[in-house]
Amino acid sequence: MNTVVCLKQVPDTETLIKVAGTSIATEGIKWVINPYDEFAVEEAIRQKEKMNAGKVTIVSLGPDRAIESIRTALAMGADDAVHINDGAYYDTADPYATAQVLAAAIKGLTYDAVFLGKQAIDDDAGQVPAFLGELLGLPVVTQVIKFEVSADKKTATVTREIEGGQMVVEVPLPAVFSAQKGLNEPRYASLPGIMKAKKKPVDVKNAGALGVSAGPMTVIKEMSLPPARQAGKIITGDDAKAKAAALAKALHEEVKII
Amino acid sequence: MAGTLIYAEVQKGEIKKGAFEITSKAKEFGGEVAACIIGKGAEALAPQLAKYGADKIYVVDGPEFENYVPEAFVQAFVQVANTVQPTVILTSASAQGKDFTPAVAARLNVGAVSDCVELKKEGDKVIAKRPMYAGKAYALVEAVGTPQVISVRPNALGFKEIAGAGAVEKVAVNLDASKIKVQVKAVEVAATTEPDQTEAEIIVSGGRGMKGPENFKMLEDLAKLFGPTATTGASRAAVDAGWRAHSYQVGQTGKTVSPNLYIACGISGAIQHLAGMGTSKVIVAINKDPEAPIFTKADYGVVDDLFNVVPALIEEIKKIKG
Repeated sequence: MNTVVCLKQVPDTETLIKVAGTSIATEGIKWVINPYDEFAVEEAIRQKEKMNAGKVTIVSLGPDRAIESIRTALAMGADDAVHINDGAYYDTADPYATAQVLAAAIKGLTYDAVFLGKQAIDDDAGQVPAFLGELLGLPVVTQVIKFEVSADKKTATVTREIEGGQMVVEVPLPAVFSAQKGLNEPRYASLPGIMKAKKKPVDVKNAGALGVSAGPMTVIKEMSLPPARQAGKIITGDDAKAKAAALAKALHEEVKII
Repeated sequence: MAGTLIYAEVQKGEIKKGAFEITSKAKEFGGEVAACIIGKGAEALAPQLAKYGADKIYVVDGPEFENYVPEAFVQAFVQVANTVQPTVILTSASAQGKDFTPAVAARLNVGAVSDCVELKKEGDKVIAKRPMYAGKAYALVEAVGTPQVISVRPNALGFKEIAGAGAVEKVAVNLDASKIKVQVKAVEVAATTEPDQTEAEIIVSGGRGMKGPENFKMLEDLAKLFGPTATTGASRAAVDAGWRAHSYQVGQTGKTVSPNLYIACGISGAIQHLAGMGTSKVIVAINKDPEAPIFTKADYGVVDDLFNVVPALIEEIKKIKG
């Protein structure tokens, strides 16, 4: 099975965010593969391994630094990559614009499925899967936690997370699948994998070369930090029971929630 | 029409509260407020939307809308949107809304603004405030196309009763069946009446300090005392240890929540967790480590062993409730 995995490089979850203009200050940030995209990479590699056939192609929009995350995915076991290295396009790209370039890059490839994370943990928009499906003319299944392909590779049976439970759906391939946590446990790249990744082909393009000029449809006008939260009071008491009583009293009389 | 079209989501045979929130917000903006409700049995529910400001309610009802399938719902909604021609479309950023909203925007070939917590009108445009980086930063965003498609986080806006004209119109939808490729084989929804974490008013959450899956029972017991709007949550450490399902996880790779009360038990307060619950109205932390970062955010801190505090707290609350 041939798969395409869309990958975004994002700040690590431990990053303290600082605002710079209508974006964030990027100094000192540790960049990683978006965790949800990492599940997507892992699933694509597992499907390839299971069938002992096929290819995994990474497609990523990002500036120069994104190559590190692309190489990480190649080291995990992906075969080749398209890096849309276009800083100017990337800087203003919203999910709409991002999907336009990803779709343009994917259109030239041969694939049975497109995998990507259900959202990137930087802008948290969760829109690219839907836009990609629309642009590629493919059905979209979001929040995937289990994925199985039929022997003839014509359909996939997929479990997706829904409110308060799960839904099992069947969909003809090719289709777009967005990964939710729980789909799998991503592997670490092995040392031989890292060595091999250095030689794997990465096709570098810009948005213009893909014939994409679509700009963003949403604009950030202002960026701010949430109001700082102050530490409140520590509840004192002789023992746990006394503290619990004081806490219950506070919840009753001050918070008025009981 | 210079007005707003809202999507009223139906779950378990009822209109979700989030739909009332966006309806009353739309009414506040002025202009005509149209609502679209889709689901099997939706017709009977439609009049409820008038109470919160809907002037016109489009109903798409039928057995084919029993389960939410994106393509069918998107086609039905877009048909209504093409009739109404709104300048703004508001949806709820519920689990279903997160699937539905971008699909609607994609079909209309416009951008979308996801999971907003504040909306304000500037001239003809709505400017939305939304968290990014799981709440570590906030952005003011304008969708430049028409209609502006905006999803709103449940519980963020609140709602009030403002009557709308409430004319109900049943819509016959011409579905293009050839595009409906996703077939639902099974739906398993837990019998629980617990609200989703993103919509709960009270969350009792447990972390590494819970020591094992069996101990979450006492957090469930504590949550139950707060009534039907309460539920439990978990930190990434507890989920990664396999003690709780991922659907309980609060934080950057889980859910971002904003309840009235968040009780963190045995949670140290890693930055990615604090981002996910930092906008809770009141935070209580119970942890035996006085240095735990969670105490820097908590309104009430209890430095003690949670295995002593939580059972005692349950007894004390029972006493107060009588």
